[in-house]
Amino acid sequence: MAQVNLRKVVKHYDETPAVRGIDLDIADKEFVVLVGPSGCGKTTTLRMIAGLEDITDGDILIGGDVVNDVPPKDRDIAMVFQNYALYPHMTVHENMSFGLRLKKVPKDEISRRVQAVAAILGIGELLERKPKQLSGGQRQRVAMGRAIVRNPKVFLFDEPLSNLDAKLRVHMRTEIKKVHQKVRTTTVYVTHDQVEAMTLADRVVVMNAGRIEQVGTPHDLYHSPATLFVAGFIGSPAMNIVRCGLEEAAGGLRLRVNDEVAFPVPAERIARYRAYAGRRDLLLGLRPEHVTDMRTPTAPGQCAFDITVEVIEPLGMETLVFFALNGTEICARTNPLAGLQAGKPAQLLADLRYMHLIDEASGRVL
Amino acid sequence: MAAIAPTAGTARSARARSLKHDRRRALYWSYFFLVLFAVFFLTPPIYMLITSLKSSAEVGAITNPWWVYNPTLDNYKALLTSVEYLTFFRNSAIVSLVVVVVTMLISIPAAFALARMKFWGSATLATGVFLTYLIPETLLFIPLFKIFAWANETFDVSLMNHWWLLIIVYPTLTVPFCTWIMIGYFASIPKELDEAALIDGAGYLQILTKIFIPVALPGIIAAMIFAFTVSWADFLYPMAFTTSADQMVLPAGIVTTLIKGDVYAWGQIMGACLLGAMPPLLIYAFLMDYYIAGLTAGATKG
Repeated sequence: MAQVNLRKVVKHYDETPAVRGIDLDIADKEFVVLVGPSGCGKTTTLRMIAGLEDITDGDILIGGDVVNDVPPKDRDIAMVFQNYALYPHMTVHENMSFGLRLKKVPKDEISRRVQAVAAILGIGELLERKPKQLSGGQRQRVAMGRAIVRNPKVFLFDEPLSNLDAKLRVHMRTEIKKVHQKVRTTTVYVTHDQVEAMTLADRVVVMNAGRIEQVGTPHDLYHSPATLFVAGFIGSPAMNIVRCGLEEAAGGLRLRVNDEVAFPVPAERIARYRAYAGRRDLLLGLRPEHVTDMRTPTAPGQCAFDITVEVIEPLGMETLVFFALNGTEICARTNPLAGLQAGKPAQLLADLRYMHLIDEASGRVL
Repeated sequence: MAAIAPTAGTARSARARSLKHDRRRALYWSYFFLVLFAVFFLTPPIYMLITSLKSSAEVGAITNPWWVYNPTLDNYKALLTSVEYLTFFRNSAIVSLVVVVVTMLISIPAAFALARMKFWGSATLATGVFLTYLIPETLLFIPLFKIFAWANETFDVSLMNHWWLLIIVYPTLTVPFCTWIMIGYFASIPKELDEAALIDGAGYLQILTKIFIPVALPGIIAAMIFAFTVSWADFLYPMAFTTSADQMVLPAGIVTTLIKGDVYAWGQIMGACLLGAMPPLLIYAFLMDYYIAGLTAGATKG
């Protein structure tokens, strides 16, 4: 069993708080991704789990044991670094077997384990090469191999893909997922790339300013963000967020964006939002895919409105349409065949069944 | 467009021409200065070689000093059959090699500690180490005399006039500088490398021996060459601290035994110096690549 538990973990660098009290339970064999903007404390959290940073307060448990004062080598973890940190003077084989050799594992067993891991990662032919003779993707694999071969309780990844070019990154992302499906070890993975987080994770931990904003499956985070930060951070293009008021209208509720544009709140949400009627300081969140070019509503909760297209970005399978609403730039994902043109008026359809209402002051999604 | 294209074309080719021209001019000047420096620095050894091939009579005769009329190897024969000269050579070799070893044994762990193990006062200590290097030996040899005299009185050990004394004294010259350049070299090793080793289960000593020393080998070799050169060539300390011929190292030995009163055995002095310059020269020749790699460490990513 190798679950990882963080209990009110705090980290200060001289008086500057980096992590402000984190509670997190990571189950055995789970793949958890810590994601957030730079400086949010995600790497610090990972390094505290690794034992490379002292914790100022709180407890870290690995496999049920408090490891606050256990040195990294006795925590039975393996870490993959952003710059791979391969030992430049050793061959791939020596790099991968370094930890095992220090543990005085018998030679033939080391050899067997290295071969087995190399086969999983497809680096069997590279074992006698030095890191300098490898490409970025190959180095990445070796760094992973060095972690896997030790068969640790927990894998820690610190932005392992950010040194690769875009295409290779997508490829290695799939590789990491495959490896995890084969090796099934508890994994904590840090990235600032929300796409990486969504695609890899069993559960995503969104961090901001040293705190956890939300923990959930990729699906949960995407469809039910808990805070304004998560709503804006997860998803690309980002969620449209526009200031609005909530007013009573003929037995229902209406979202008033400006004098011309107002959307009726779908019937199933009315009870949930009733308490906020009359407020003017709310934010309406709607993902770009829920603002489309269909001209006529086909379901209750959809609502047409008129705009003037400012910019179009054809992506092939869809065309992004940008326009201003209440001074905020809004993005809509439209069918490329709809033929919207920059500078021309158009009618779009907002699908309010997927709306989010956010309290601006507290940043909570209501 | 048609009007712009040719203009741009000629401008480009003019720029290319002037770039080529600039490059050629820069090359001429580099060659000029390189030749100038080569002549400047090679003249003394060539003059030494010429003189070392002359007999004493020819050295004293009024002839062209830049030409040997009756070349002879007598000077070299005399030197290589002289017990004294071979003793100087042996002393120098032992002193220099041991100093290199001692220096490395002190500098490498010191540099590792100062570069990596953050402890209270480590930054001040690192600067302090370098500051000691800035104090010249001309200032130090009198206090050192005092220390040796005190050691003699207190512990009844005679340190003066022993060749092995230099093994104790030379590290005061070599350790600070070697530590300093190795701090820089160790600091250029990415922090993740020791963290990876730490997680892999290595202790500090293993990180030092299995990661840092192999990775920093060019820097360490550069430091070794420095330590060797300093202890091979130092003149003041052996002159000050050794007096008997059998305890002397080359630099002191040559000037004390081959200059008798006002009689200078010029041919032998020159030959002795040339032979004495051989070991560092050979080391530089063979380890030059390492030396340069060490001095330019961190300039490029590996």
